[in-house]
Amino acid sequence: MSVLLRTDGVHKAYGGVRALDDCTVEIGEGEVAGLIGPNGSGKTTLFNVITGYAKADAGEVYLGGRRITNIAPDKVFALGIGRTFQLTRIFASLTVMENMLVASSRHRHRRASARKRAMEQLEFVGIAGHHAAPAGTLSYGQRKLLELAYVLVAEPEIVLLDEPAGGVNLTLVNHIAGRIRDLNAAGVTFLIVEHNMEFVMGLCDQVTVLDSGTVVAAGPPGIVRTDRRVLDAYLGEDLDAEDLEAAEEALEPRAGEDA
Amino acid sequence: MDRSVLTIEGLVAGYGGGDVLRGVSLEVAQGGITCVVGPNGAGKSTLMAAISGLLRPRLGSMVLDGENLVGRSPRQILRLGVVQVPQNHSLFRDMTVRENIELGGYILSDRALVTRRAAAVFDVFPQIAGWAGQKAGSLSGGQQRLVEFARALMLEPRLLLLDEPSMGLAPKIGRTVFDAVRQMNAAGTTILLVEQNARAGLRLSSHGVVMESGRVRLSGTGREVLENPEIGALYLGGALEESKDSQG
Repeated sequence: MSVLLRTDGVHKAYGGVRALDDCTVEIGEGEVAGLIGPNGSGKTTLFNVITGYAKADAGEVYLGGRRITNIAPDKVFALGIGRTFQLTRIFASLTVMENMLVASSRHRHRRASARKRAMEQLEFVGIAGHHAAPAGTLSYGQRKLLELAYVLVAEPEIVLLDEPAGGVNLTLVNHIAGRIRDLNAAGVTFLIVEHNMEFVMGLCDQVTVLDSGTVVAAGPPGIVRTDRRVLDAYLGEDLDAEDLEAAEEALEPRAGEDA
Repeated sequence: MDRSVLTIEGLVAGYGGGDVLRGVSLEVAQGGITCVVGPNGAGKSTLMAAISGLLRPRLGSMVLDGENLVGRSPRQILRLGVVQVPQNHSLFRDMTVRENIELGGYILSDRALVTRRAAAVFDVFPQIAGWAGQKAGSLSGGQQRLVEFARALMLEPRLLLLDEPSMGLAPKIGRTVFDAVRQMNAAGTTILLVEQNARAGLRLSSHGVVMESGRVRLSGTGREVLENPEIGALYLGGALEESKDSQG
């Protein structure tokens, strides 16, 4: 399988905090890839660097063989990388269809065909019935579906999803997973950040695990899940010997205390 | 078994149409540190919000020393002695450390009492005395956390809620925060601690609880929970097995 998206030794710091530290990730063409890691491990920062929302301090990003490091978000989108956000970014006062047309206006489609295609995408994600409603009236999960439809307008090669299942009810989570599988079967590659482990482990072919901005493990879900380094990343660093002694002492019942 | 200062039974709470807590039952032992850990979305912060009255539960009971907390306002719950230190930094940056700490006693009407309590707080955290005259905004993240703890102690809480106090701090600074948690507990404060660093949090706690998907999945002494192999599966969504077959 050829590599479609690759980050090579990416570094990114905010102030003194190293958000990404020599971060190298490879996503194969046609994969559904997962990106997991504890809070603050750099997942969204990596998405931001790939999609041009943040500039890498060092390192490179490649799409296919092409270097796309630090190019503007609209150019990244036009090159075939679609992306959704953890907190959806839609125009709340525009209708669902108008949101779709805004997306397609960036993509040289004729107006009549743009509307037809937009409706097809809305039907595909399952919210066509809401096409005339203001987007702000959609439920949280429906907004995520609108964002997905919006991204599909550009016919991306790869879609980056930031917490597609976060805060969404189980029925909708299963629906979203089904749409991802359908799109993947049609050739779309995915990179998914998600905290819902059942979703990630059930859906993804490959999972990359970040901790403190660095890849600590990568491989199929069954292997990643049993990797000691992954568990260490999630459960944190234990206290050292000196701390332990103090902890033991602190947990001793205090003299003279009434129980 | 130690006496419980707080007993929660069958707590259901959430936002909008969904339940985040789906029947949580747990006890907080008097004089101990009870640590709640669990993966993202488990409901840890929601539990804190429900206890402090910021979120009204849909079902269940929360009893603090015989008083039912359900249906009470955050202010009433504060007056009953439940004080929360929130996850995000919350000091007034342009005020001094001493002024911030004294503000912790704003519901006390007796000025002399505020002064006495502040002196007692500086006894618990002698390291803070050296910063008393500095602007809070000039302190490091770890130092600010200590001042937030000190401010919470002004009400001599019956139960102190700490929501991920080591969040966003470098590991070494996190240690000093854990030390401070112990200092407060050694001075007699009962603590309910939500912590992202599960191992360190459980290690320093008398009791541990693992939440997942809005339910309590494991509980016991801090050490029992720490050493329970199921904890990994709760974080990573599958049975934890030895990975010797998967090498190479």
